[in-house]
Amino acid sequence: MKPSVAAGLAAQASADARAPLLDVSDLQTRYPVRRGIAAAIARRPRRFVRAVDGVSFSLFPGELLALVGESGCGKTTTALSVLKLVVAQDGTIRFKGQDITRLRHRDLRPLRRRMQLIYQDPYESLDPRFRVRQTVEEPLIIHRIGGSRAERRRRVLDALARVELSPPELYAERYPHELSGGQRQRVAIASSLVLEPELLVADEPVSMLDVSVRAGILSLLDGLRRSGLGTLMITHDLSTAAHFADRIAVMYLGRIVEEGPAREVVHNPQHPYTKALLSVVPKRDPRVRTKPQVLKGETPDPVQIPRGCRFHPRCPVAEPRCRTIDPTLHRGAKSVERHLAACVLI
Amino acid sequence: MTLLEVRDLHVWFDLPHGGELHAVQGVGFEVDPGQRLGLVGESGCGKTTTILALMGLLPGNATVAGSVLLDGEDILAVGEDTVRPHRWKDVAMVFQGAMNALNPVRTVGDQIVEPMELHGIAEGEAARRSARELLEMVGIPGSGASRYPHEFSGGMRQRAALAMALACQPQVLLADEPTTALDVMVQAQILEMLVALSTELNLALILVTHDLPVVAQVCERAAVMYAGRIAEAGPVDALYHDPRHPYTRLLFAATPDLHGERDVVSIPGTPPRLDRPIVGCPFQPRCDRAFEPCPVERPELMGVGSNHIAACHLNTVAAWNGA
Amino acid sequence: MSTAPILGLEPGVTADVVPARRKGGFVWQVIRERPVAAVGASVVLAFVLIAVLAPVLAPYGLHERVGPVYGRPSRQHLLGLDDGGIDMITLLMYGARTSLLVGFAATLVAGVIGGGIGILAGYFGGAVDAVLMRVTDYFLVIPDVPFMIVVAALWGPSLTHIILVIGLLLWTTTARIVRSQVKSIRERVYVKRAGAMGAGHARIVLRHILPQVAPILVANVVLTIAVAIFDETALSFLGLGDPSKISWGKIIENAFQRTALSSGAWWAIVPAGICVALPILGCTLVGQAMEDALNPRLRVSHLGARKFRVRAMVAKGEL
Repeated sequence: MKPSVAAGLAAQASADARAPLLDVSDLQTRYPVRRGIAAAIARRPRRFVRAVDGVSFSLFPGELLALVGESGCGKTTTALSVLKLVVAQDGTIRFKGQDITRLRHRDLRPLRRRMQLIYQDPYESLDPRFRVRQTVEEPLIIHRIGGSRAERRRRVLDALARVELSPPELYAERYPHELSGGQRQRVAIASSLVLEPELLVADEPVSMLDVSVRAGILSLLDGLRRSGLGTLMITHDLSTAAHFADRIAVMYLGRIVEEGPAREVVHNPQHPYTKALLSVVPKRDPRVRTKPQVLKGETPDPVQIPRGCRFHPRCPVAEPRCRTIDPTLHRGAKSVERHLAACVLI
Repeated sequence: MTLLEVRDLHVWFDLPHGGELHAVQGVGFEVDPGQRLGLVGESGCGKTTTILALMGLLPGNATVAGSVLLDGEDILAVGEDTVRPHRWKDVAMVFQGAMNALNPVRTVGDQIVEPMELHGIAEGEAARRSARELLEMVGIPGSGASRYPHEFSGGMRQRAALAMALACQPQVLLADEPTTALDVMVQAQILEMLVALSTELNLALILVTHDLPVVAQVCERAAVMYAGRIAEAGPVDALYHDPRHPYTRLLFAATPDLHGERDVVSIPGTPPRLDRPIVGCPFQPRCDRAFEPCPVERPELMGVGSNHIAACHLNTVAAWNGA
Repeated sequence: MSTAPILGLEPGVTADVVPARRKGGFVWQVIRERPVAAVGASVVLAFVLIAVLAPVLAPYGLHERVGPVYGRPSRQHLLGLDDGGIDMITLLMYGARTSLLVGFAATLVAGVIGGGIGILAGYFGGAVDAVLMRVTDYFLVIPDVPFMIVVAALWGPSLTHIILVIGLLLWTTTARIVRSQVKSIRERVYVKRAGAMGAGHARIVLRHILPQVAPILVANVVLTIAVAIFDETALSFLGLGDPSKISWGKIIENAFQRTALSSGAWWAIVPAGICVALPILGCTLVGQAMEDALNPRLRVSHLGARKFRVRAMVAKGEL
């Protein structure tokens, strides 16, 4: 790694513990829409899918932030951009104070150790030919951690114990197809933990698991969060976010439209989109029949983002000025500190 | 007489190296026109196999026993021959991931007309007109009939699949995880539509899902399945407020709720293997209230309330207080 | 916590190929499970043994004249003699050495080139893929026999040249098959994960992609051996083979050149032909059995066969 990069990291190591782990500012990630030869010759302007269109947030150590939204809202792209698995076009990403937005491939490797991604599909994220111990050991080998085989084995067993796969020696010898979905996800988490990362990004970590095992995995993540890990959780499930996240950020068409403490966002939603979403989430108590505010139509194409407030075409309480004003996140009159929403009506 | 009554349904699958997997072990329930019944359970509990059996859509390595009475007639009596006349005309299905199973090289309209013509319901221009009406009924403009599946979004394709299922005006609609892969807003739209359809068309709906809140909001009654059997069945209200099987209670407790204050639990362990006979209660190894009879004696379904049955020994103990 | 595999599979769906626990486990598994493959493998193995042990097994010397020109088959010479009075069985055994050697060696060349190009093209994609595939296409359209004739004529007919020529002709199919397999494996989540983790290309290819590609590569290689043996026979038959080495093709060529047919000496041609056909057949059987075993095993038969059986209801106690 370049000396300047190493120095930057070292300087930050002694910084204030309450400094944000992750600080994202006005992030923009676009994908070009493929155009045919005819369009290229006719020099029609390139169109872009504005997957992430100006996203800003901070994540502190020991905090679990849930990025919530429907498909196409940009939550996954945001996560991938933060992890530098996808290149952002604009904006700044700071990891522990260090600007990593423009870091190049070579310098990314030490960073990869400190930021880990948990994938959605536990049935596909483990190499079927590797035993559990090989999967969990691989990151150590890649990053040259642990001088000897014995040392690496110790770390592997340690990580397996941390994810509650006991006894670790038994699980270490298993192949993925011998494990249940929940167990596989724990192995995936262990293989990230073994590097002792500081930031964990979990992309729908439980959506493919049975209901009865979800809480186990989520409380595992919760426990990790308590030990200082900062976690960014992508989910479409508001109920899960409500229960397990410290803060929730609701995304729509590439922007965060509401953000705040989980309790607050769920009990006192400010943005009309959040209100509508919360109203249509089915409640498990049959006696609770909220009037669902089912929005008409579907989320528009991120290529053609509406002018003004991007939600106004579907907004049940839109006013004429919503067609021209593009609101920024701010604190509304009826909300507490740190609870922000992007709507002119609050 | 009930519209559809399933009695003591069993399904076995031959395993490649010998032996059988007893996927469905004596399942029974009934639905009347206009009723919505939920079939709830986690992966491997046999709910999908159950409804596939209702339509006779089981593979060659399957063996079925029991009766499926449609208007009193046992459509499963001899197998394929007795089921086929009713398939799609009386009992239709929306499959899991149906939105991805539409034929990409035929228009949506054609795909709705096809079952109509095959089953002799309508033909030619009349069929095409019906198809357009069906599309309107599921919320797609009639002009969509000339479009191809790839021109629609996931939610619209699911509606199209629904229209295909309704093409022959069935009396019973089986829906297997119809909204699982969809966003919550689209899910709300589709569920709203299913409820409306079931009311307007007097359609009996059997909704198979692992998502308890969906069942709680859409269905009047539900059956909770575990290890191929029904653990508990009854009005959804009773299932939530007065569960009589620990699995039902734990399943609700494991489901996070937006406004729920209590901790979400997970159920330790895994479901039992179905390729060998189970001694005692299948849920006993994971149960938090198991006692002496549980590992030894299999609990039978018994009445525990108005239209409410459960298979649990705790219901025989007078001091049961439903935790 | 129970470690039993969950049987939460949909009806009719079977899981993917279980990873082999030992090296060569896949090959062994196929041979064990499919009698056809066992037969084919035995045949090939038999010929390989004969070839290797030829000096020991051959009843007579390779250049030993033991009788008249085109001597008829007799008890001492079960397949008669060739035009030089040499025992045919001896000739066939020594011929096996060359034919099989060229077959295997050329396949090795083809496998290495094809596998390498397939992996590079499939893994890197983009421009690399485009360029390599055009090169492959170029080699694909070269007509085999004229190419062999021209090269053999230009380079001279030594064994090494023959091996190279045949190898150069055969690598294209392997490259294509390997490329498409690599492309699909590359998209698997665990491969992407390794990359996200910081693994370098070499590691990803060697530890994650290659083990998944190996079975299909092996299947293809086995089938290529069949073609290579055939190609060598053809080359030798056309007189382009190494004149100092005897091979089955050369035996047939000699027979044709020296009027075996008109002399009625069928034993100078037919046995050699059968010797060519048998290992080819053996390799084909094994190779095809392997390809069958590798076909995607997902058979979702919900909507397929409706031949389920109905069992009569039995009394509760009997279930």
